[in-house]
Amino acid sequence: MTVDTKLPYEKEYISNYSADRNEPEWMKSLRLRALELVDTLPMPKPEKTNITKWNFDKFKHQSEGKKLDSLNDLPEDIQVFLDKENKNSNLVIQRNQSLAYQSLDNSLQEKGVILTDLSTALEKHSELVQRYYMKDAVAIDENRLTALHTALMNGGLFVYVPKNVVVEEPLQAIFWQEDPEVATFNHVIVVAEENSSLTYVENYISHNEQEEAVANIVTEVIAMDNASISFGAVDNFAKGTTVYVNRRGVAYRDASIDWALGQMNDGNTASENITHLIGDNSHSEAKTVTVGRGDQSQNFTAKIVHFGKQSEGYILQHGVMKDNASSIFNGIGKIEHGAAKSNAEQESRVLMLSKGARGDANPILLIDEDDVTAGHAASVGRVDPIQLYYLMSRGISQKEAERLIIHGFLAPVVNEIPITAVREQLTQVIEGKVY
Amino acid sequence: MAGSTLEIKDLHVSIEGGEILKGVNLTIKGGEFHAVMGPNGTGKSTLASAIMGHPKYEVTKGSILLDGEDVLEMEVDERAKAGLFLAMQYPSEISGVTNSDFLRSSINAQREEGDEISLMKFIKEMDKSMDELEMDKNMAQRYLNEGFSGGEKKRNEILQLMMLKPAIGILDEIDSGLDIDALKVVAKGINSLRNETFGCLMITHYQRLLDYITPDYVHVMMKGRVVKSGGPELAQRLEAEGYDWIKKELGIEDATVENA
Repeated sequence: MTVDTKLPYEKEYISNYSADRNEPEWMKSLRLRALELVDTLPMPKPEKTNITKWNFDKFKHQSEGKKLDSLNDLPEDIQVFLDKENKNSNLVIQRNQSLAYQSLDNSLQEKGVILTDLSTALEKHSELVQRYYMKDAVAIDENRLTALHTALMNGGLFVYVPKNVVVEEPLQAIFWQEDPEVATFNHVIVVAEENSSLTYVENYISHNEQEEAVANIVTEVIAMDNASISFGAVDNFAKGTTVYVNRRGVAYRDASIDWALGQMNDGNTASENITHLIGDNSHSEAKTVTVGRGDQSQNFTAKIVHFGKQSEGYILQHGVMKDNASSIFNGIGKIEHGAAKSNAEQESRVLMLSKGARGDANPILLIDEDDVTAGHAASVGRVDPIQLYYLMSRGISQKEAERLIIHGFLAPVVNEIPITAVREQLTQVIEGKVY
Repeated sequence: MAGSTLEIKDLHVSIEGGEILKGVNLTIKGGEFHAVMGPNGTGKSTLASAIMGHPKYEVTKGSILLDGEDVLEMEVDERAKAGLFLAMQYPSEISGVTNSDFLRSSINAQREEGDEISLMKFIKEMDKSMDELEMDKNMAQRYLNEGFSGGEKKRNEILQLMMLKPAIGILDEIDSGLDIDALKVVAKGINSLRNETFGCLMITHYQRLLDYITPDYVHVMMKGRVVKSGGPELAQRLEAEGYDWIKKELGIEDATVENA
């Protein structure tokens, strides 16, 4: 079993890797501490999915990527994600582990907004990064994969919006795994200070159909008092990449974090999206869509934990399964003791397109407080023949009628993606996967 | 002769093994308005659904021909393209699909590829029809039938009828759930389609609809068959005297379909 294999990376390798990148001392020691923990920690155990046979250890750790002289040099299927409405003025493109393109509007720079690759952030804003890196959101010792991530982190992004700054235009990042064998140990930190707000959209893309690779991603999203963050993502790793993606939010008083995640990977994927509503009156909506195809196995956990009073959490998961794909959807609302007057809602819906596909929707409520409201709904079903009949009775072909019903089914989440180009692209990706 | 002809011959239809229609004969020609009346449970709506090809209904005997073409051999979408339209009693709600996207897909499905309706023309036609039906313009951007009131659903069915302009329109209990003002508006929309080629089959168990849309022919269904046909005066007599005299005349005690 892969879990028992010894990691091919030793202390010396990690030290050198950190030194080569001129990282601050704290980062090096954090990596080394995590490396020691790797073999002492268990693998994560997503509910009802056995990931112990998945490839998490076979990968290439380093690969540079060329700088882009022009965005026109990007492959066509990446160009389409670019936010043309906004002239790509707030954009970072990471190619393998290298920063390939970077731009940030001058007025935002003057206000102290940071949008840069993690390596540059460690160089220029070491203390700020240290304040948030594996601190309030994800801990290095949660499981073997978080420790492995910390030891081997090889890319990422730092987004920071200072107090009272409102960023109207979306900030965008594209992470392009161009080398078919390289691992994506990406670490993204998004911080909105008090009374600030931002919209961030990220895309992960690879093309490795045959070659095996690993993505082990940690994303930490922090909304301080009265801050609001709208977070959109389209994950589009190819079949060869095994994905563990851990997206964690922490919302303080009156803060809100809204997620719209298009989880369109073609390989085995374990996705964990947890938001901690720490402050009173904090709010989170976690909306996800996925399309499973081929033989892939996926597990999606969306969880909102209520600590603050009057906190609101709403989870909406929509999945379409075809071929022999199987997916587990866990929508978990947890209300801690003391989080009075909180409200937790979950909805998980799965549409099955093939006999061989499997889908399992598990809305779960865990409540340790009396004075709360909560609700959940779940369904797993096929395309309704009466709906098909209705559409076809107007002359629409069966194929087109099914297409309308499927897009309609996914629309509640797709429509939440903040950048028009990304939303359209997500629709295209769905189109490509369903037909 | 103008328009199309829909011929229903000795139609037998079953649902889950139970026979509902037991030999219906009916011919509708372009330019004619027919009303099919009858008490509840006599097979009227089954007739409408069977013509359109509802997946739950099985035709066990008989034929349906549109201009000599075998309708029963056609898929549901092919029936629509051939010129049939059914305004349904309970239209489906489809989340995430806007009313206007659905309507445009429907119109384009019936046109040749490359000859799709332009967006401008489509919007103009839809606005015009919605005005005629006194519909709120917001309904174009709402999801198809989702959260529509009973009356809104009926208007929306007639909106589709007006925009798709079929050869033969079948209206299944289009008057149920409509108040008198709404009924007048819907009737006006339907009457606007009246011409030498459009054929219409209205299914209702109230005479009331026929006060606003005058039929050329009236048929009464009982026990899964058309038991009596006549002109508009037949509807008036039914309004005044009910169905009992027909039952007595034909020796029928219970008009509903027997399902042993």
